[in-house]
Amino acid sequence: MADVLTDAMRKAEHEMVVCNACRYCEAYCPVFQAMEERVTFQPADLTYLANLCHNCGECLYACQYAPPHEFNIDVPRTLSRVRVESYESLAWPSFASIAFRRPWSATCAALAAGALTLAPVARAFMARATNKPAAFYDVIPHDVMVTLFGVIGLFVFAAIAIGHRRFAGGANPGDSRATHKGLRHGRLVSRQRAVRDALTLKHLHATGEDCVDAEEQRRPWRRWLHHCTFYGFALCFASTAVAAIYHSVFGWIAPYAYTSVPVVLGTAGGLGLVVGPAGLLVLDLHRDAALTDASERSLGFAFLTMLLLTSVTGLLLLVFRGSPYMPALLVVHLAIVLALFVTFPYGKFVHGIYRGAALLKFRREESV
Amino acid sequence: MHTTPTDVLTDAYPEDEFMADLLRVTGGATDQTLARMMIRASADLPRRMNRFGVRFQPSIRGTLHLARTNAFFLGGGKALMNSAYAAAERSDVRIVYEADVVGLCIRDGRFESAEVKTPHGTEAITARTVVLAAGGFESNLEWLAEIWGDAANNFIVRGTPYNTGTVLRLMLDAGAEPVGDPSQCHAVAIDARAPKFDGGIVTRLDSVPLGIVVNKHGDRFYDEGEDYWPKRYAIWGRLVAQQPDQIAYSIVDSKAIGRFMPSVFPPIVADSIRELASTLGVPAGTLAATIERFNAAVRPGTFDHQTLDDCRTEGLIPNKTHWAQRLDTPPFHAYPLRPGITFTYLGVKVDERARVVLNGGLAENIFAAGEIMAGNILGRGYVAGVGMTIGTVFGEIAGRESRDTAARHARHG
Repeated sequence: MADVLTDAMRKAEHEMVVCNACRYCEAYCPVFQAMEERVTFQPADLTYLANLCHNCGECLYACQYAPPHEFNIDVPRTLSRVRVESYESLAWPSFASIAFRRPWSATCAALAAGALTLAPVARAFMARATNKPAAFYDVIPHDVMVTLFGVIGLFVFAAIAIGHRRFAGGANPGDSRATHKGLRHGRLVSRQRAVRDALTLKHLHATGEDCVDAEEQRRPWRRWLHHCTFYGFALCFASTAVAAIYHSVFGWIAPYAYTSVPVVLGTAGGLGLVVGPAGLLVLDLHRDAALTDASERSLGFAFLTMLLLTSVTGLLLLVFRGSPYMPALLVVHLAIVLALFVTFPYGKFVHGIYRGAALLKFRREESV
Repeated sequence: MHTTPTDVLTDAYPEDEFMADLLRVTGGATDQTLARMMIRASADLPRRMNRFGVRFQPSIRGTLHLARTNAFFLGGGKALMNSAYAAAERSDVRIVYEADVVGLCIRDGRFESAEVKTPHGTEAITARTVVLAAGGFESNLEWLAEIWGDAANNFIVRGTPYNTGTVLRLMLDAGAEPVGDPSQCHAVAIDARAPKFDGGIVTRLDSVPLGIVVNKHGDRFYDEGEDYWPKRYAIWGRLVAQQPDQIAYSIVDSKAIGRFMPSVFPPIVADSIRELASTLGVPAGTLAATIERFNAAVRPGTFDHQTLDDCRTEGLIPNKTHWAQRLDTPPFHAYPLRPGITFTYLGVKVDERARVVLNGGLAENIFAAGEIMAGNILGRGYVAGVGMTIGTVFGEIAGRESRDTAARHARHG
């Protein structure tokens, strides 16, 4: 990871020094508790703190040093900027980090690439077929689908794993392996706590109340919509996994009945992925711009749009799978899913990876 | 006060202990009836404030031994004010920002109207009652200079630049009975590099007991190891104010690093005393001699920052009576100190219904709350958090009385 101090990091360092001398925000969230464990703030520390921050916004409105005060403290926005910079510097391969600076271009390029890959396949395959396509695999052959998504999936997994490793390595320099039994148990407990923190979004309501949209406006929507998005995504993933088992183990070929497990899971997940991202888009458009760096807002908007496109086209495909529009819808849906996949390591998706790693590090530091 | 542990306070802080603390720090300069009223009302304060969205934190880890006597606002004072303003807005209270009260029309002991200056011009606002909650005069540099002379120019105001004391002076001129020591202010020694106004909590320095403090001539002037925070905290503002040019330097060596709360400003670092002196602009010969004498006077002892230990000097004027260790391990760190004024004591006298005492009688529709009347209870000295308690308790009383009085007037036309 880059050790250069960027302007944002310099600002974050200044802010952490001021915050560390004040400490009135201590009870808001782990960022301030982790900060108090430190006297100096190296780039690795700032990257860790930035990814630990859930951007709840409380500390900005509470701060007597917020603009127009000459100390110019805006922790949520500064850490938001540092966070995006950390996504860039952790990205593998490094040239792909440009996607974080131009999220819409990256999204459009990925969509075009997806369409340009799938459309010709569909056209060539359907041209050879004699009867009208009835099943998905009459449009895109199963083997093509599996190969394409398998290869891309492996690449995406590798890219994310490398980023994660870079983050964890930078955040835990000299972290030795646990050999002692008690230590190992402690690590297990830390991990369980971190997983619970992540799955419940604990730090969006760490003080017992929800995070702010604006001054003194605490509403639960951001948390619930994120839950819809996250668990919607998880259900869709589960649906695909079940379908893969149906296909490879039992030899049952899609499409499956409306009451089948993959379709029920996929429908529920798809609905979550409509409600969640659409709601978050609306919320974020109305959220105080002082809370988030513009670069992170764009990343969020691009990612939410892609999730929304995925779920909407998926549900449309479900409804119109028996109609003549099916082949076109299938190609569009798969192209979007492909683009979503490819951009996972180069967009807002990575926040989950680094946030999770930061939460784990926080719980580990806490248990020491 | 509280008699049993609560969600935001440990143990108990009984009424009599609170009262004893108050009597001790004020040296008796307190209206005991009002003080007891405030102490009793404080017991239920967190819960009552909670109704307006005010939240408290479990306890601050970085602060010294205050979890028993002090509940801290979650997010601090601005978060408190945000909650209060939001609650007021929910009750359809109209709030006018950027508005200065520049005149009060008081006739026969009755408030009639206030002259208010806004960016859109000056207007008179009439009302059946008024609550004065306009603070002290600590940010009014001319007023401070009337008391402390030119020294006041070197004071740093820790809080808002808007506590100009305009309303306080208007009331005193109208015949309100003054209360609280007019010549005193609460001041602590803070980092001299702090902004002139509103530097707040982060400009404080905790390094004093870990080293020595010299003035601009390089001489020590007070026992740095006399006492713990908060007593130490409260006296150093005045001590620095009495030094030439109101400046002093806290000097520690590398043994002290990491033993005090991190400061918001970087220390001035040097590898030798002479180099440090030249950076600070202090005569190098004198400073070196001061430190040499100090080091020679340090008696052996067991250093313990948490207790009044036995590390002290002998034969110095003044001696350092605790935590005295030789300054002999470079690098040396220095922090410049100036008096940072927190609040002033002068206020208007009130009765137990928060009514202002005016020309020997009680003003029937003028109430006061907060720093403008805190001198009734805190005539001098300081107990941590008492200003907030006075402000909240008398804010409630003044609000309630003002409402009831206004309602009575409305009924009687």
